[in-house]
Amino acid sequence: MSIHAVPRHPGLDPGSRSLPARPKQKSRTPAFAAATAWWAVLPIAFLAFLALLAVPTHAQDSLPPAPYAYRQLDDPKLEAKAQALMVTLRCVRCQSQSIADSDAPIAGDMRSQVRLRIQAGEDPEAIRAWLVERYGEYVSYAPRVNRLTWPLFAAPVFLLLLAAVLLRRRFVRGAGQ
Amino acid sequence: MSDKSQNAMPASAKWALWLPLGLFALFVVLVLVGLLRPADREVASGMVGKPLPAFALPPAVADRPGLANTDFTGKPRLLNVFASWCIPCAVEAPQLAQLKAAGVEIEGIAIRDKTEDVTAFLARNGNPFARLGKDDVSAVQLALGSSGVPETFVVDGKGVIRYQHIGDIRPEQVPMLLEKLKEAAE
Repeated sequence: MSIHAVPRHPGLDPGSRSLPARPKQKSRTPAFAAATAWWAVLPIAFLAFLALLAVPTHAQDSLPPAPYAYRQLDDPKLEAKAQALMVTLRCVRCQSQSIADSDAPIAGDMRSQVRLRIQAGEDPEAIRAWLVERYGEYVSYAPRVNRLTWPLFAAPVFLLLLAAVLLRRRFVRGAGQ
Repeated sequence: MSDKSQNAMPASAKWALWLPLGLFALFVVLVLVGLLRPADREVASGMVGKPLPAFALPPAVADRPGLANTDFTGKPRLLNVFASWCIPCAVEAPQLAQLKAAGVEIEGIAIRDKTEDVTAFLARNGNPFARLGKDDVSAVQLALGSSGVPETFVVDGKGVIRYQHIGDIRPEQVPMLLEKLKEAAE
């Protein structure tokens, strides 16, 4: 796996949690130092260790979210339309979440774009097609029937028919005995 | 099934007894393959081979002009999508400098970035960009079919995207990009 950007999972968002401030070395008088038991510095050492661990995850933009990332459209009908589309679009960064579920910045930007386009009167399926053109069928959670996906749709029908044939044979045989 | 039918089981039905076990073994193999093969999380852009989407971005820093798709005329260029908050973007800076030294014109798009942050980033890592646009809501990034930073596109003199490089440019990948630029010039 490449280190193509740094995974931006909401849980890893450094902006959303307060890190323990790196404890500063206090200048203590020798008398105080002598009075302090050696194990008293352990929590400080532990905190310093935590702060060290936290440094490499710093990779998050500091811009505010896009206008419609966390704001619904004023028209409830249009918002419902946008919401229905957003739950079926995959976040391209946090790949097992829909853009409606994800707090990744790019998911917010995608939501904002979807809402603005719906507001401008664009058809939801046209927006989906626009994204599929760029990211492939992968970006859509609503698979369409095509050369690759037809077995998904054909398999249940085939299994039902097979079950019907087998059951029929069994019932006919049972009636014959 | 009655005893009678079991005793009278034809030879052809005997192998069928092993069928569930065989199917199970197949399933185990499938799971193992899925587990052991490194997952490919990269999303390739469907825009390769197509013209750049229309865009016009304001400048990201004071000393470079902004970037529009109409700037990609005449000769092949690199389009680097990056951000100051992205660590691999700093890692690839020496490689971009190397490409610039080889005479490549590099245009940049800063994603979700503040002017002061980009300025500090470029002061720290060098500024290989001829033009630098800022994309505050990832709109152009989405239009390009780019799913993260850094990504680098090879764009030919007619503004057609010829190649997409996902992730940071490693030192050993510089000759490959120069080759792609040469191909785009033909």
